[in-house]
Amino acid sequence: MTSDVTRLSAAAQAALLRTSEISSVELTRAHLDRISAVEPAVNAFLHVSEPEALAQAAAVDARRAAGEELHELAGVPIAVKDIVVTKGIPTTAASKILEGWVPPYDATIVERIKGAGLPILGKTNLDEFAMGSSTEHSAYGDTRNPWDLDRIPGGSGGGSAAAVAAFEAPLAVGTDTGGSIRQPASVTGTVGVKPTYGAVSRYGLIAMASSLDQAGPVTRTVLDSALLQEVLGGYDPRDSTSIPEALPSPVAAARRGALGDLSGLRVGVVKELSGEGYQAGVRASFEASLDLLRAAGAEVVEVSCPSFGYALGAYYLIMPSEASSNLAKFDGMRFGLRVEPSEGPVTAERVMSATRGAGFGDEVKRRVVLGTYALSAGYYDAYYGSAQKVRTLVQRDFDAAFGVADVLVSPTTPTTAFKLGEKLDDPLAMYLNDVATIPANLAGIPGLSLPSGLSDDGLPVGFQILAPAKADDRLYLVGAALEAALENGWGAPLLAQAPELEVAR
Amino acid sequence: MSTPTVDLVDFDDAIARFDPVIGLEVHVELGTRTKMFCPAEVSFGAAPNSEVTPVSLGLPGALPVVNGTAVEYAIRIGLALNCSIAETCRFARKNYFYPDNPKNFQTSQYDEPIAYDGYLDVELEDGSTFRVEIERAHMEEDAGKNTHVGGSGGRIHGAEYSLVDYNRAGIPLVEIVTRPITGAGERAPEVARAYVQTLRDIFRALGVSEARMERGNVRADVNLSLRATPDSPLGTRTETKNVNSFRSIERAVRYEVSRQAAVLDAGGSVVQETRHWHEDSSTTSPGRPKSDAEDYRYFPEPDLAPVSPSREWVEEIRASLPEMPVARRRRLQGEWELSDPEMRDVVNAGAVDLIEATIAAGTSSAGARKWWMGELARTAKTQEIELGDLAVTPGQIAELQALVDSGRINDKIARQVLEGVLAGEGDPEQVVEARGLEVVSDDGPLLEAIDSALAAQPDIAEKIRGGNLGPVGAIIGAVMKATRGQADAARVRELVLERVAP
Amino acid sequence: MSTISRDEVARVAELARIELRPDEIDKLTGDLGVIVESIAQVSEVATDDVPATSHPLPIDNVFRADVPQPALPVEDVLAGAPASEDGKFLVPQILGEE
Repeated sequence: MTSDVTRLSAAAQAALLRTSEISSVELTRAHLDRISAVEPAVNAFLHVSEPEALAQAAAVDARRAAGEELHELAGVPIAVKDIVVTKGIPTTAASKILEGWVPPYDATIVERIKGAGLPILGKTNLDEFAMGSSTEHSAYGDTRNPWDLDRIPGGSGGGSAAAVAAFEAPLAVGTDTGGSIRQPASVTGTVGVKPTYGAVSRYGLIAMASSLDQAGPVTRTVLDSALLQEVLGGYDPRDSTSIPEALPSPVAAARRGALGDLSGLRVGVVKELSGEGYQAGVRASFEASLDLLRAAGAEVVEVSCPSFGYALGAYYLIMPSEASSNLAKFDGMRFGLRVEPSEGPVTAERVMSATRGAGFGDEVKRRVVLGTYALSAGYYDAYYGSAQKVRTLVQRDFDAAFGVADVLVSPTTPTTAFKLGEKLDDPLAMYLNDVATIPANLAGIPGLSLPSGLSDDGLPVGFQILAPAKADDRLYLVGAALEAALENGWGAPLLAQAPELEVAR
Repeated sequence: MSTPTVDLVDFDDAIARFDPVIGLEVHVELGTRTKMFCPAEVSFGAAPNSEVTPVSLGLPGALPVVNGTAVEYAIRIGLALNCSIAETCRFARKNYFYPDNPKNFQTSQYDEPIAYDGYLDVELEDGSTFRVEIERAHMEEDAGKNTHVGGSGGRIHGAEYSLVDYNRAGIPLVEIVTRPITGAGERAPEVARAYVQTLRDIFRALGVSEARMERGNVRADVNLSLRATPDSPLGTRTETKNVNSFRSIERAVRYEVSRQAAVLDAGGSVVQETRHWHEDSSTTSPGRPKSDAEDYRYFPEPDLAPVSPSREWVEEIRASLPEMPVARRRRLQGEWELSDPEMRDVVNAGAVDLIEATIAAGTSSAGARKWWMGELARTAKTQEIELGDLAVTPGQIAELQALVDSGRINDKIARQVLEGVLAGEGDPEQVVEARGLEVVSDDGPLLEAIDSALAAQPDIAEKIRGGNLGPVGAIIGAVMKATRGQADAARVRELVLERVAP
Repeated sequence: MSTISRDEVARVAELARIELRPDEIDKLTGDLGVIVESIAQVSEVATDDVPATSHPLPIDNVFRADVPQPALPVEDVLAGAPASEDGKFLVPQILGEE
């Protein structure tokens, strides 16, 4: 039974815990076993915190036995993207520059996870400093897509998505700056959500682009994401960009949506994101999902957001600029790697340069140099300044679109999972993976990706739902409805169609 | 390493031929309990790195949150400097790499300062007023402290390594920038010094900072350029840092005028650079030329929300401002009925607060002034200390004068009592008791002394009875001597005349 | 907007304190040239009448009370330090002036 339990959704696992059919220690143990079994193939984890996880599990079991009222997900284990600071557990951002760094404090979301009693299995792999769309830019090796081990699991949060898709964890935390939760979800057949900017605290997230970053759930079902969002989200006085008021319950919306009635709902298909240049199988899956939404009673309309053509450019100006400033603190003076220059005087300046030259990978260097350039004297107005204006235009287009639609939809990514190494030499091609996900980050609105089926290449396709700022509940309502309809058709979750991974002995 | 000899033109000569333009950038450390962007406590002399949080240490993942009291203090400063307060303003990142800068950017304000377009009327020693135009006052955070180890004299050059303490990193600062100060001419050094002193007084009056220059609470950077005449375009300016006292500000201006004049006289051009003030030699020396030419890549701080002080809040703060030092001095001058020169003397002696406090304790204004500007001023000068550092309080002076007013002691005795207080023997009352200095109030002993004196000179009584009152003084003198001065001369006189009467 | 030159890349890498090998500068120049060209078009739509958005959600006046919270223990502060002495971070000699 314990080997099957990892296949269940987090909500189902939680139900077993509540009825005491299984303890959290047993459940956690089952996942740790699964991790050992498939990690050689998948490489989703950078660090497995076995003793801590089991101790946390035992503590929750004790709290439950004592009759304490617990969160619905209490005792269900979780994996955390290694860009989130965890006290006492190495946090590397998948970079050499933070190799072995053990933080002295917990991110707010980690405090919430611990407070709710979710044992933390370990830290998952990512593109270094969350810069990438394939996890190939990790300094600690590739993570592989459980659907096809020669393919990328998406990025930057490929580790969390792969861990969940491979049943190593029922829940995971990711961060999304330009699509880093949604795009991996799309290519691994899992669910990923980027909440409204400010809905989840950024305190303790190693910052990439401060005005775009947002942590969110990575799961196998829409309800699981809603339950996890409830744990993660909420006002944090330590984050000045945190939304003060409580948002409508995602869980209630997910449960309502699962009933399948979307009558009265207006669904807007964004023309600029609706599939020009997208893989044929992706478009077909997308269209089929639209039909299901119609069948559930929704009205599908077309909307146009012309500024989205400039969104990629604006993103690749704003994000590297902010990141170049956020990454300046990695200089070998106070923590992390310190490298001395091989020849010449050993001065602070030269140690900083040598450390960053040795400690940062190629993609990070590319973006930091690009960002520094975009902010430098004489270029600000044309680059960063202009990009912030495009942001205004993107927000205006979304405002107009949400005037005629309650949610907007698109395929999450233009293609299914590509092969490892395929786009490494072409940064621009790599950046194009995010063309559908980026606009939401620029505007600060929430987005969700759920699996809509398989493409003709047998690989998962993601369906993206976007909602107005602070209306995250709509994502879960529509997502749950679509998921129910899809799974009705499949007879089981899409992941049941994933190939069985070879289990290490 | 020897410094090459620098040519200097005599200041008076230089000032006769060139017009100086000065600029001052003053940083004040706000006296809040916690830092600008994190709740670490701020105290003086704490163990190294014991007052940092992940935020002020610049750890990955940490985020800033604005200290609301610091914002209020910044607005107070802006209002006291007659500035407009921004309707909305943002913080900005000033990006540069330096080990005392934990994030390698400073969170500051760039083109949106919280206060701007103000002025400060500065009183000079001769009583005239000089208006300094203020361009802006903005909020920012302090950096940590580097201590250089090894090398010669612990200075940066030749140091082997540095030790960094981040306790100071993140302390709230307000930076005040003047517009170019023109028209000061030969008084430029004095204007510079007086400006910073006046700011210091304002900071203290506002309660926003202890404002002790010697502790680094107030720091001034002095900018100076020369031009041929006031109609000429502005010359190239230098910025002098590390000017740590009011006197140094004045001297730094004088030095740079002399130095720049010599450069221009020789047909050269002044190098635009940052210079370092040396207290020991009263000179400036060039700092390292900057290679990056200060490309700080400013952009709005995305982690902080804009600060938009409501007009109601600003007016609330304005209404709560205490009286500013200059206005207060004018009011007191009126109350004390002093002429301008008299008030100036009081101000220059550092006696305003002391006299005011003494009056508050019950003394008349004349009485308070008499002590502080008289005996106490002389004593302070002899001891070569500030008036306020004397070992006597306004309350004690008030007590002393009260003893005189009540007749229990006279003026002469009072000085002895004061000596006793300064020597640490206690309050005036205690000193009078302990030393037995109280004026004799009982007529008995006085009459005894009078009779003795009259007996010693029998014909004096005759003379007095005869209408010659001159010798009365001699009798009084004798009685005073006999009572060691502890007699009320007026009462003695009365008794003498009574005694002598037929 | 012309593409980025090799000298420019070298200058910016220096500004960003990242030591690059010559071959890295070459590659970066190529990569960035392509990227910069494609993003330069944002200035086309960024006309004067469009205001810039620096914060996605309109929040202002977020303040904290001036009340102390516990600081990090000194051991934790120095725990990750590459080098320390006497409770302070030890850093190599600093040449530049502030």
